[in-house]
This record gives sequence, structure tokens and C-alpha cells, in this order.
Amino acid sequence: MVLVYIDHQDNQIKKSTLEAVTYGVALAKQLGTEAHGLVLGNVNDDLAALGAYELKNVYQINDVALAHFDAQVFVKTIAAAATKVGATTLVFSHNQTGKAVCAGVSALLKAGLVTGAIELPKTDAGFVVKKTVFSGKAFANVSIQTAIKIISLSPNSFHTTTGAAATASITPLDIPVSAGHVKVSAVNKTSGEISLTEADIVVSGGRGLKGPENWGILLDLAKELGAATACSRPVGDAHWRPHHEHVGQTGVQVAPNLYIAIGISGAIQHLAGVNRSKTIVVINKDPEAPFFKAADYGIVGDAFEVLPKLTDAIKKMKASA
Amino acid sequence: MKILVCISKTPDTTAKIAFADGGKKFEEAGVQWIINPYDEWYSLVRAIELKEKDPATIIHLVTVGGADAEPIIRKALALGGDEAIRINTDSSDSFYIAAQIAAVAATEKYDIIFTGKETIDYNGASIGGMIAALVDAPYISLATSFLIEGSTATITREIEGGEEVVTVNTPVVVSCQKGVAEQRIPNMRGIMAARTKPLKVLEPAAEEHLTSIESFELPAPKAGVKLVSPDNIDELVRLLHEEAKAI
Ligand SMILES: Cc1cc2nc3c(=O)[nH]c(=O)nc-3n(C[C@H](O)[C@H](O)[C@H](O)COP(=O)(O)OP(=O)(O)OC[C@H]3O[C@@H](n4cnc5c(N)ncnc54)[C@H](O)[C@@H]3O)c2cc1C
Repeated sequence: MVLVYIDHQDNQIKKSTLEAVTYGVALAKQLGTEAHGLVLGNVNDDLAALGAYELKNVYQINDVALAHFDAQVFVKTIAAAATKVGATTLVFSHNQTGKAVCAGVSALLKAGLVTGAIELPKTDAGFVVKKTVFSGKAFANVSIQTAIKIISLSPNSFHTTTGAAATASITPLDIPVSAGHVKVSAVNKTSGEISLTEADIVVSGGRGLKGPENWGILLDLAKELGAATACSRPVGDAHWRPHHEHVGQTGVQVAPNLYIAIGISGAIQHLAGVNRSKTIVVINKDPEAPFFKAADYGIVGDAFEVLPKLTDAIKKMKASA
Repeated sequence: MKILVCISKTPDTTAKIAFADGGKKFEEAGVQWIINPYDEWYSLVRAIELKEKDPATIIHLVTVGGADAEPIIRKALALGGDEAIRINTDSSDSFYIAAQIAAVAATEKYDIIFTGKETIDYNGASIGGMIAALVDAPYISLATSFLIEGSTATITREIEGGEEVVTVNTPVVVSCQKGVAEQRIPNMRGIMAARTKPLKVLEPAAEEHLTSIESFELPAPKAGVKLVSPDNIDELVRLLHEEAKAI
């Protein structure tokens, strides 16, 4: 059985989780088995609706100790649940929660783990998973040698497919949950912002924008596109933008459908974090900027002139569409 | 207080990524090696800052690697730390590496174990979580700030779309990223001192490899950029809409 970890936040199932569900269902078909979900704690979202993704059943564990996240507690609970239901493959999303738990589950079950998978495994001979390495500069095909396998799926690598006219059953699972040691004292949400790793479109600014006071034209474009915003490392270091926006080899790695780079030179460390984007647009006044070599579309021009025009042109296109 | 800082050796961020033996092996010729940036800039520097505040603090560095990892661990010692442990084996399997470190931790009883959020070569992001599970300690991933008062740590960690502040008593395993500390440059005194700091070499514990790398691939090269004139932005929008189907 393929068991997909159903991650949720603010009582809602995350987009990256739906990708993992779609992946788990496809993998179960490939292996000739069934896909089930596992959810810890309470969710307002309708779990039965996960049947639309062809998920057969969702196991749910409810316990007061699961009301807030404690990796140690979650790891033990997930490992115990996987053993109890007889899971042979576990699928996580490689999002913040997945990163916090999948490794621990791997260690407890002694189940081989591949993090950041980008495709379904090859299972004709063995079990080989393709993942990004060198921060997106290359891929590795990793063979899992243990009976139980664990995969964490890179966000934005696998498109969700839904539409099956089915509902998933919900099965309460009785697993003893140990009390945790971690107390959550505050949660600071950057409310209203689109999560960078999940975003379809990312608009990113570099030192070419000269200073934080000039970000308005970038934010206007992002707003028009419904995009998340990102920046290059020096921009984060100079506190022009919050450091969680810094993308690249030593920042966040993103793989959106569209990445628009504005006033960013395209240093190798920056490209490493963004080169898995499907389409890359570069706006830079220097025709020699290395970023153009990694781009699909480019405009050689001054960002201060190009950006407002681009925002207007998109507005116009939308109005006529 | 006793701190363990996990140190990994990685290729420099500008290293040319190429493979030998028909994609079976990373091409090491001409590659400069560095301390994994997350290990160096954030975990190690934070440990050093904690020792500066409380000189009774003991910092151990640990690396799992062959003799070729020694220059890297010496470089780390030049920044700070009291002694280093090298576990004399090489592997690309996270579990095997984490189990080696957990074996050291089981006898040394550290209050804090710091790792970087991931290495920039294999991007596993797994070692910290595995060590925590193996020594049965709380695990705080993707920390952006780490404070400690007595034995109570207050840690800010990244969650989707924001941050969460948690408190936890030691022992604790923490994976560090930007925000935890600021990069430092080693000085001459540190480099001299590092030469005489103890570096213990341990033979690996008998542990299993759960995975192995079969082969590597490079991404397909881009077809080439389509340039659009800044006077014809409507054309870019049309291409993005009709050709790339991106907006
Ligand atoms: C170990 C290490 C790790 C690193 N990790 C990262 C990382 O993770 N992410 C990252 O981003 N960087 C990283 N860097 C830094 C990286 O090498 C570059 O220095 C950085 O990406 C450059 O940022 P930038 O493109 O914003 O600035 P610059 O290189 O200064 O480029 C600014 C660009 O803006 C253009 N420009 C200027 N004015 C305008 C205008 N009016 N209109 C349009 N264009 C204009 C210029 O032509 C130029 O190309 C790392 C470096 C090291 C050594």
C-alpha cells in the first residue's frame, strides 16, 4: 500500500499535499496497489473529497498532542501508523512539514528515503527515484534498497489531477500518541502573501532595482499576476526584502511555471535555485548579463521603464481575454 | 553546555558540475571544496557565539568523510570549536551518515546538535531529522533564530508562509538556515590555533546503507533566449500567454 501523508495548515490541505496525493495515486497504480492517506489531527477541509484524486481511504489519528506540530511526536505517530496499516511506500511533500518529519520516519522504520523527488520512480527493475542535486544544477537517480520506501516530492514537480467521481472513506486509526516537548509560543504569518515554494508565478528582483523604495513597481506586477515575490541574495542581505524571499543555492529553491527576474545578473548561485522554473523571463539593462543564457524570453531594457509597461500590458491582455 | 556541530564538505558554489564514468561519478577534477555554507555560516557561527557568551561551553565538530575532509574540518576549527571528530568513511546515504553521528552523540550526550538545513550537493535535508529520531530528541527544522537561557531554547523556525516561535528544553537537534547567525571570516589567530586543536579519527560503526546513487544527469540545455524589444511589451505578453501558456 502507498500511504500519502496529508499535511495541513490552518485547517486546510495544502496545494503541495494535493500534488503528493496525485503522485501517490499514480505510484500505487504503477505498483498495482492502493493509495491511502494519513492525516494527523483535525482538518476542516472535507477529507472525503480527496476521492476526487482517486484516493481510496484516509486514515485519521486524533489526539490532543497533535493539535500543534512537534516533529518528534509526529514522526513516532506516522511511523507507528505506517507499520499498523502495512504501508510499503510512504509519500510526503518536500515542503516545510515534510522536511521536518520524513527523515525521522525513515530512521525509525529503517526505510530508504529520497527527498526532493521530481518524477515517479522507475520500478521495472528495482526502485529508482530521480531527484535534484547540486541545488538544481543536476539530477541523481537514487536506488532505494529497503522493503519500505519513502519519497518526499519536490513542490511544483507533479501536476495535480482531480475529477474522479468518488469519495474517500475516512478510517479513524487508534495509535497511542506520546506527549511532546515542544511548545509553540507564537506564529507569525506573512498574511495574504502567496507561498514562494508553491506559487505558479514568481516575480523576483535584484540589486538592479537600486533600493527597497523602488519595489513598488515589482509588487504591482506581482499583484497583477497573482505571483509570489522573491529576491537575490544581496537584496536579502541588505534587508531591502525579508530574508525568506532570498532564492538561490543558499536560499529557497523554487520551480514555478513562470519566473520573472528583474535586475538580477544571473550568478551561478542564483540560477541554481531557479533553473527548474518552466519559463524564465529576464529583464536586465545589460545585454551581456549571464541570466539571458538561462532565459526563455528576455527584454534588454531599464526595469524602471519596462515594469510599469509590462503591468499595463498584462492588464490590457486580461481585459480583452 | 555541550554542542555538536555537523560539518559537511561540499563543492564550491561556483564549481562546474560534471560527471565521469558515464554519469556514475561526480567529476572532482579541478573542484574547490568548501564547508557546506549552511553548516559554516549558520550552525557553526551560532555555536561560537554561544561559547562567547558562556565560555564554559564545549563545541565539538563532527564530519563523516575520508582523509580528504580534513582540510575542511581544520578550516571549521579555524573559525571556532574545541575539538573535531572525523568518522572515517564516505557515503551518499543519509541514514548511514546520520547513524554514524548518532552513535557519537549517544556516548557524548550533547545538549544541542546543530546541522545545516541541507547540504548544497545532495540536498537531502535529512541528517538532522534522522539523528533526532535515532537519539530520540526533539527536532526543530529550518531554524531562523536560536536563543538559549539555561536549558530552555527559544527557536524560530520557518513554516509555510511564515514563522513559528517554539520553546523546548535541551537536548535538542536543530537544522539552521539564514537568520540564525551571520557569516564570519577566520582570522590568523584562529587558523594558527586550529592546527593544534585535537582531531580525533573514529572508524565507522556497522550501519546499513538504505539507498545508493545509480547515476547522475545534467538538465537539458535551454533552447536559447527570445529577445523582445522594450518598445513592444505587448509581444512579450502575447508570447507568455499563447506560446509559453504561462499567464
Ligand atoms: C557561496 C555563495 C552563495 C551564494 N548564494 C546565492 C544565492 O543563493 N542566491 C543569490 O541570488 N545569490 C547568491 N550568491 C551571490 C551571487 O554570486 C551574486 O552576487 C548575486 O546573485 C547577485 O545579485 P544581483 O543579481 O541582485 O546583483 P548584481 O550582480 O549586482 O546584478 C544586478 C543586475 O541588475 C542589472 N541592472 C542594473 N540596473 C538595472 C536597471 N535599471 N534595469 C534593469 N537591470 C538593471 C545589472 O545589469 C546587473 O545584471 C552567492 C554567492 C556566494 C559566494
